[in-house]
Amino acid sequence: MHELAVCQALIEQVERVARQNDARRVVSIVITVGPLSGVEPQLLEHAYPLAAAGTIAEHASLVIETVPVRVRCRTCAAETDAASNRLVCGACSDWQVDVIGGEEMILKRVEVETMASAVH
Amino acid sequence: MCRDCGCSLGPSATRAPLAAPAGVAGRLETIEVITAILGENDRVAAHNREHFDGHGLLALNLMSSPGAGKTALLEATIRSLGDRLKIAVVEGDLATENDADRIRACGVPAVQISTGNACHLDATMVHDAVHDLTLAGLDLLFIENVGNLVCPASFDLGQHRNVTLLSVPEGDDKPAKYPVMFRAADLSLITKTDLLPYITEFSTERARASLRQIGYGGETIELTSRGGEGFEAWLAWLDREVAAQRQRARRGETLRPQVQPEGAHAHAAGERPGR
Repeated sequence: MHELAVCQALIEQVERVARQNDARRVVSIVITVGPLSGVEPQLLEHAYPLAAAGTIAEHASLVIETVPVRVRCRTCAAETDAASNRLVCGACSDWQVDVIGGEEMILKRVEVETMASAVH
Repeated sequence: MCRDCGCSLGPSATRAPLAAPAGVAGRLETIEVITAILGENDRVAAHNREHFDGHGLLALNLMSSPGAGKTALLEATIRSLGDRLKIAVVEGDLATENDADRIRACGVPAVQISTGNACHLDATMVHDAVHDLTLAGLDLLFIENVGNLVCPASFDLGQHRNVTLLSVPEGDDKPAKYPVMFRAADLSLITKTDLLPYITEFSTERARASLRQIGYGGETIELTSRGGEGFEAWLAWLDREVAAQRQRARRGETLRPQVQPEGAHAHAAGERPGR
């Protein structure tokens, strides 16, 4: 499974964001994953603590937002959901469709606690 | 720092974890990022592609399940084209140099990447391997990925085209079972067709229909590496692609596989980076 490698890449991105923002720790990480990205959200959750151990994101929570596969029909122009192994138009069943969603593997948002102390 | 080519890339450096000072309450901040998780891999892949384009060579990523006949296809291809095209091969496997040895026995240079337990090649592995090859004068670089229908599809290596093999003994519904992999293909090869008379369960029509249903719009060639019409069609495809790549390189253009392992990941609809 390549989810550990994906998590390690994720942690590197998060460390970069944390450095740029003078963070002292990362509180939460939000990522978006589509069915056509080739990664399984559940396996990411399992791999994440291994990749995060000993980093600034060690205790951060990982929030995985999943998005559906979306296709746009070249024949009838409808935009519908589709199954990853049946990329056909949900309106007219034509298979000549363009995938417009579902391939995402994106780091979307990082919540950090910054060095600067503040009174709450 | 990459010692060989002077570029800023090399084996990924290990980074020390950042220590968090204790005791002081900080301020919470939310940072909108919107970036490809595999962005660093994609950057190295783009760098690899620049190297390949700089030498005008065509780089192909061969993917399939283990045992679909990638190495046999390469052996037969080298025997047929080796006289007129300069070919080199990067071999990815979990262990052993067996495949690289088979390629070297055909008289072309091969570099073996032993991935250990890693189930796929990534751009940095390919970058390091390519430094062991002389790219100057090459026409065609094959990257034979680790046999696996899942993981390799997610990692851009810097190739120009993805070629995916589906062998007859595997069954004709593989595209439906592994849509991410087969969607990534620019060319699909149905291999080991000499076994069709014995494996009557396999229908090439059903295999093609299965490819259509996952939105695959590329060419499909049925072949056996033992030769014949389909194999000639594969050689003709290679000739066309090598010629097209030479022309692109002369014009200073490049090409990425039709379904880009990365490109897809960064277009979150309607969302803009920012804080």
